[in-house]
Amino acid sequence: MSWLSILALALQTAIGFQGASYALGAVGLNLHFGYTGLSNFGHVGFLLVGAYGVGIAADQGWSIWTGFALGIGAAVVLGLLLGIPTLRLRGDYLAIVTIAAAEILRLLANARPSEPLTGGSRGIGGLSARLGFYRPNFIPSGTYGIGDSFVFSSGQLWSMLWTWGLAVGATLLVWRLVRSPWGRVLRAIREDEDAATALGKNVVVYKLQSFVLGGVIGSLAGAMIVLNAGSVSPTRWIAPLTFALYTVVILGGAGTVWGPVVGAVVYWFIIDLAEGVLGNLWFDISDTTVGAVRLALMGVGLMLLMIFRPQGILGNKKEVMAGGR
Amino acid sequence: MTVPDVLRNPRLLLCLVALGVLWPTTVSAQSSKPDAPAATSCAFTKREAVEANGGPFGSAIWGRLCQVKDGKAAYPAGVRITVSQQGKTVGEDTTEAGGVFIIEIPGNGTYDVALDVATLPDGFSLTEKDGSTLRSLGVNLGDQQAIFRMGKDTRGQRTFSDYATTAAKGLRFGLILAVAAVGLSLVYGVTGLVNFAHAELVTIGAIAAYAISAAGVPFWLALVPALVLGAAVGWANDRALWRPLRERRMALLSMMVVSIGLSTAARNILQIAFGPNGRRYTASSGQRENSYGPFSLTGNDLIIMALCVLILVGMTLLLRKTRLGTAIRAVSDNPDLAASSGISVNRIVGVVWALCGALAAAGGIFYGLTVSVRYDMGFILLLAMFSAVVLGGLGNAYGAVLGAVVIGVVQETSGLFVDTAYKYVVALSVLVLVLLVRPQGILGQPERFG
Amino acid sequence: MAGDLDGVAPEPGVAKPDPILVADEVQRRYGGLLAVDVGHLEVQRGVITALIGPNGAGKTTFFNLLCGFDRADEGRWTFQGESAEGVKPYKLARRGMVRTFQLTKALAGMTVLDNMLLAPKGQSGERMLASLVPPIWRSQETENLERARDLLQRFKLDHLTDEYAGGLSGGQRKLLEMARALMSQPSLIMLDEPMAGVNPALTQSLLGHVTALRDEGMSVLFVEHDMDVIMTTSDWVVCMAEGRIIAEGRPADIAGNAAVIEAYLGIDHGGTTKGKVS
Repeated sequence: MSWLSILALALQTAIGFQGASYALGAVGLNLHFGYTGLSNFGHVGFLLVGAYGVGIAADQGWSIWTGFALGIGAAVVLGLLLGIPTLRLRGDYLAIVTIAAAEILRLLANARPSEPLTGGSRGIGGLSARLGFYRPNFIPSGTYGIGDSFVFSSGQLWSMLWTWGLAVGATLLVWRLVRSPWGRVLRAIREDEDAATALGKNVVVYKLQSFVLGGVIGSLAGAMIVLNAGSVSPTRWIAPLTFALYTVVILGGAGTVWGPVVGAVVYWFIIDLAEGVLGNLWFDISDTTVGAVRLALMGVGLMLLMIFRPQGILGNKKEVMAGGR
Repeated sequence: MTVPDVLRNPRLLLCLVALGVLWPTTVSAQSSKPDAPAATSCAFTKREAVEANGGPFGSAIWGRLCQVKDGKAAYPAGVRITVSQQGKTVGEDTTEAGGVFIIEIPGNGTYDVALDVATLPDGFSLTEKDGSTLRSLGVNLGDQQAIFRMGKDTRGQRTFSDYATTAAKGLRFGLILAVAAVGLSLVYGVTGLVNFAHAELVTIGAIAAYAISAAGVPFWLALVPALVLGAAVGWANDRALWRPLRERRMALLSMMVVSIGLSTAARNILQIAFGPNGRRYTASSGQRENSYGPFSLTGNDLIIMALCVLILVGMTLLLRKTRLGTAIRAVSDNPDLAASSGISVNRIVGVVWALCGALAAAGGIFYGLTVSVRYDMGFILLLAMFSAVVLGGLGNAYGAVLGAVVIGVVQETSGLFVDTAYKYVVALSVLVLVLLVRPQGILGQPERFG
Repeated sequence: MAGDLDGVAPEPGVAKPDPILVADEVQRRYGGLLAVDVGHLEVQRGVITALIGPNGAGKTTFFNLLCGFDRADEGRWTFQGESAEGVKPYKLARRGMVRTFQLTKALAGMTVLDNMLLAPKGQSGERMLASLVPPIWRSQETENLERARDLLQRFKLDHLTDEYAGGLSGGQRKLLEMARALMSQPSLIMLDEPMAGVNPALTQSLLGHVTALRDEGMSVLFVEHDMDVIMTTSDWVVCMAEGRIIAEGRPADIAGNAAVIEAYLGIDHGGTTKGKVS
């Protein structure tokens, strides 16, 4: 494989569905972590309920809209439930409670007694067909792109269109919200919630709003991921996915409007490029090793970013430094 | 306070340590004796099937009919078993005195396996009436065991011994968890860092012990260099990474994110180095459960629990009775005050990290003994360790021990009362619920405002 | 005005002609330690009341209780005639009781201007849905912006308007915190050691601002250590020791009060470290 096609493949992943879904997932997390300062380390739980909303709807023969509504409803409930501990818990405790909550959800979905609803460990398959996700696809079938590597099928374009649409839509919504007095209160809570309280702001309500809204956006990401994959199973919704989303948020710039989008594209470009290069060296490396190298790279990248460039690509260094983050 | 009193006597302590080191040799000598009493369980392995066959077999569906009668396993002879695929019979076999059947099949695929109830001897019966046909048995790896459940349904009917044994195993897990997690709490105490990469300290200790014992060092001796290595890694962690970050006054939340990066990187590098598969210590092979009163435990279980208690008592004495312990507690309490009273905070933090590394390594080795050594074993334990230290109150070492035992026992024994699928759910829910009622953990001090 | 206190007897728990804050039997325990045990206290409207006392006297704890940041074990208190015990701190702030902190809580990662704009009460743009429609809140924002710029000028912070608060000096942060509290138009402003860690040059300017607040009709309650500051600035002084109020009066009364002198001199450093619970 030529180096040019490795580059093209990496670009395809970055602006393709992978980049889009991570951007969408990260927008919600950015609202939590970047703007409100909530140490939500269980964001994957929101993705999970969105994913299973669609999955269960397919299994029960309901419509795709019911599926989205289920996921969103569950995300609202989860956001409120997770909000309760935030009334009382310090940041480090909250981090652990949110991880635990997400893991509880995953284990529940995975458990044998849940099989009638979630399909247990096998999950639910064939759901994009059952929900007719691709039915309204107006893009004529065929492939689109340049060369052999940078190409998308009509189906890929369709899920990209939706996911990027949602990601950009969510980003615009966040942009509108954070550039208002409401967003100012969120940032104040991030900086010091006692100060915000002393100025008459009901911190609890704002945290809950942030939790619920970011969670709903996260649930949409989960729904799109399973619609694109065509199946939902419990194995995907584990803490490392949350950590990857953190890497995306920090890479792009936590607390910046377009950070998650830029972060997701750059993240996938680097990751896929590394994978392409490793797979095409003069000696053979097994797929598991390539996967491990990829994740190790993500880990090292997250560390270096946090230490040497905490403001990410788009962030304002002065703001981050002044905030003592 | 009799136990610590006993342990304060150094000669007695030495005897106990010697006992701990020597015990394994006697235990392993016992457990290597091959002859077993009449089996009480119906477990059946491929090796036994190959033995019964008198040699290896190819693609096959195999198994053993077995029913527990008066506490002993009995095997029905002359029962006909038929394997069919899409309604077509593929092969059949009739059991002999051992109850074993082996039916050759053309290859991987989905088969129906039927037992002819009419051929069952008197005194034998299937647990479920419609249990005579196993439908859609998947064969993916060439051969597959077919299990017909026989006799009265004993699931849900447990003896007192089952409860006692499960509780003891919960205690064992809780103690291992305590040893593994207490360092997390100590480090939090002196630095305020919630260290996700603690998981990899656990793994590194376990892998180091594996590598050293694989190089020919007797396993229980390999413990020592593995713990030293763990301590060194812990100390190096602080010196190379965390201390510079502290000096840059990095926010704790940011440091937590750094530790996530470190954990991810270290875990995957360990996977590349150690391989993706689990491996077992030589010391954990050939272990059999013996009865100690109502408890059925292996020799290793006893050694592990004794060593855990020894380590935890030792740690308590270190914290309570030594100058170093006083300094650690002072730094935990208030680093600025400690510094102003002449304690070198950086040195103490370094020592705590070394201690943390050694304790984590010990926890990892013990955990590896009960399951297997894997590149992600620490990460799998991480949530349980977090739960333990949070439950007890972050930064409170005794709380961490208490929390770990609670989590261990709750997790293991919950399987007796609810579906085992919910084992971990129950433990995590305990964590969430306790924190809702008592946000500072069981032994944590409520925070004072201002 | 200070003159309203003429004729009020200088004794603990004395009634005032026009109290804005009245506290009764307020207690707070930490473990076995009774950190606050205030029998009766009235804080006069429109004057500067100083809360003094040796280290560990329970001043800050009492302060935290009054504005809802800490939970009292027992006691009742009213603010502007309405019950205030057990009321959430943000609600008290909305009712006009606004506080600052001993360790300044400038919102470091926000600009000085954003710090100021956060403070005003009743901002319609702070509601989530309304925030999506700028016309609803734009005019209010413009008004606040004007007021913020005026106040920043008055506190001589106008050249720092777009700087991040985290980059300010300690004294500038104190000024910002005070200006920000003022931005919310409080009726009682509670300052927790406003002069702590401020250089002497700035102390004078801060004191000037405190007096100006009173002259504009606000009531001020502040915790302070520095006797000089208290003597020159306050209209009324309340002295606490070991959680109780041991003396009250005009600065001149307090200066000669035997109980106060004993409290300050009797507790040597390291002897009794009451109130410090770790």
